[in-house]
Amino acid sequence: MARTSDADLKPPLSQNGLKCDDLKKTSCHSKREKNVPQTGVSSRQFSHDTFEQPPMYVAVMTYLGYGIVTLFGYLRDFLRAVGLEKCHVAQEREEQKDFTPLYQDFENFYTRNLYMRVRDNWNRPICSLPGPIFDLIERVSDDYNWTFRFTGKTIHNVINMGSYNYLGFAENNEDFLKTVADKLRHYGAGVCSTRQEIGNLKIHEELEQLVADFIGVESSMIFGMGFATNSMNIPALVGKGCLIVSDELNHTSLILGARLSGATIRVFKHNNMHSLEKLLREAVCSGQPRTHRPWKKILIMVEGIYSMEGSVVRLPEIIALKKKYKAYLYLDEAHSIGAVGPSGRGVTELFNVNPADVDVMMGTFTKSFGAAGGYIAGRKELVEYLRSHSHSAVYASAMSPAITEQVMRAMKCIMGKDGTTEGIRRIRQLAENTRYFRAKLKDMGFIIYGDDDSPVVPVLLYMPGKVVAFAREMLKRKIGVVVVGFPATPITEARARFCLSASHTREILDEVLQQMNEVGDLLCLKFSRRKRSAFPDACKGGQLM
Amino acid sequence: MRAECIHMRERGVDWRYRKQRSSRGDAGCSWSCCRGDNQGVPTDRAGRMSFKNMREYLAWLYYQYLLITGIYVLEPWEKSIFNSVLFSAIAMVVYTSYVFVPIHVRLALEFFSEIIDGQPESAMALMN
Repeated sequence: MARTSDADLKPPLSQNGLKCDDLKKTSCHSKREKNVPQTGVSSRQFSHDTFEQPPMYVAVMTYLGYGIVTLFGYLRDFLRAVGLEKCHVAQEREEQKDFTPLYQDFENFYTRNLYMRVRDNWNRPICSLPGPIFDLIERVSDDYNWTFRFTGKTIHNVINMGSYNYLGFAENNEDFLKTVADKLRHYGAGVCSTRQEIGNLKIHEELEQLVADFIGVESSMIFGMGFATNSMNIPALVGKGCLIVSDELNHTSLILGARLSGATIRVFKHNNMHSLEKLLREAVCSGQPRTHRPWKKILIMVEGIYSMEGSVVRLPEIIALKKKYKAYLYLDEAHSIGAVGPSGRGVTELFNVNPADVDVMMGTFTKSFGAAGGYIAGRKELVEYLRSHSHSAVYASAMSPAITEQVMRAMKCIMGKDGTTEGIRRIRQLAENTRYFRAKLKDMGFIIYGDDDSPVVPVLLYMPGKVVAFAREMLKRKIGVVVVGFPATPITEARARFCLSASHTREILDEVLQQMNEVGDLLCLKFSRRKRSAFPDACKGGQLM
Repeated sequence: MRAECIHMRERGVDWRYRKQRSSRGDAGCSWSCCRGDNQGVPTDRAGRMSFKNMREYLAWLYYQYLLITGIYVLEPWEKSIFNSVLFSAIAMVVYTSYVFVPIHVRLALEFFSEIIDGQPESAMALMN
């Protein structure tokens, strides 16, 4: 694997030159270039992450709520064990009762007694394209969510605030999808083989070149599945005797890849550079655990935008640390590619950082490009190594040609290569939507996590009863939101996560904001104690309590 | 109601692919400014909550109690159990305080007044 050399000494590559030419067309970037010298000094020095703490009574009430429902969970389990109540979940057979219990751990208890009561808010069936507006199938339950039945009606025109549709490419427009249909007719639906056998098509290589141009690196490789891009390639890059330093809020695919690789894993506090530096210093000084030999490789794993918090990584500082301690950087841009940056190139563009400074750039096509799959990009030696050593290349089937074409047309649209300004219009619309929505929600008094530029907006709800009531009230008002609770988030920080899209118009956002205002008053969700612009509301947080 | 409001008109122009969908099924504009009802919560034009009488306000307070304690997710018989247990606990506290607090307060006042005026009183008691 290639070592990191000083990127400043290399002459600028043609991909970088192409990137600068494309970007000079947009006025935003040229305005930034006038102010900032182009030697890697970032124009955005600081991350504007906010993680406001709620008042103390909110934490107390959250624990109280969970405690009471847990007590009732024990009561119901007792009734089921005694036989007074019919058990709807899987149970062990009589012969297996002496064996290790299968269903007594906390996760199963939680699923049986808390999740099942309220699971009508998750996995709702939809029956239209999940664009900015979609249709839901109405379903009701007669036995408290153990079984559902469809009433036969459809709920039309529900506003979609949950899909990762950042640039609005989840659309059904005939003109835009013509090339995809052609490729589907030409190549068929699937490839049915791996990249290393007979599944390598010319269209794959075209896409790889396009992705490399888009990001501004030497070359890239694409994979059929986004999760597998992480979990199958990290074991190819690091192994036993290496150290992985990963952020505490990394995605499951990164954690799985790290565990599969066999390397030692150390975790640093979320976006906390002091914690990271302390870990790196200690690792470099003491070496491997018992033998104290130096580590073979140190790999720092971070994400561009963290999907549960909406916070953006502090890239310039991590790159400075990486160069100081001679570590490698793996950047997972699943949510940030296409969604941030003046021309959609991701966090490297947002912070004005040379992409060659990041050793392994990974991303997915699921979120901003409306397709499926992932890519890894970087230097040519890295990608050539992965072509022969990655598990995906050897065993997983290649990306389907129609999806490849969809990614290509979306990427060409963003880059402006299709001859229209549609791409840049969408990027600007997304940035404007993000700023507007976040500013308005903060003004209303909700606690919002994350950076001001990220299109992922988590609104904190805290209490389990309010989480459920929020989801149901918003559906009554024909807005579909995603609420997230305990296993995916810490137990006291349940939230509703809004994903903004370039296809949301101002009217849609205004409608959502107005309903949020009403629901926030109805349920008393405005916990923020920040000073905000004069906005008198009936229920100031919890003063009525 | 059909094609008159601005939302229906815009819908035809902006979201081309939904033109065929909006002509069937949806009988009118579903946005809150064009709807008649208000989905349960009484709100005025500015979106603030306005309760017409005490009953609505008490119902809203009961709803908040359900949400905060987490009872909202339970089945009705479980809600009744919890409410009756809580109500009987509060009733016991109220009864105990009604019976015993005046006695305790009187004893405490006597104790402290004895300390303050204690010296002359005991001397008088001794002399008598």
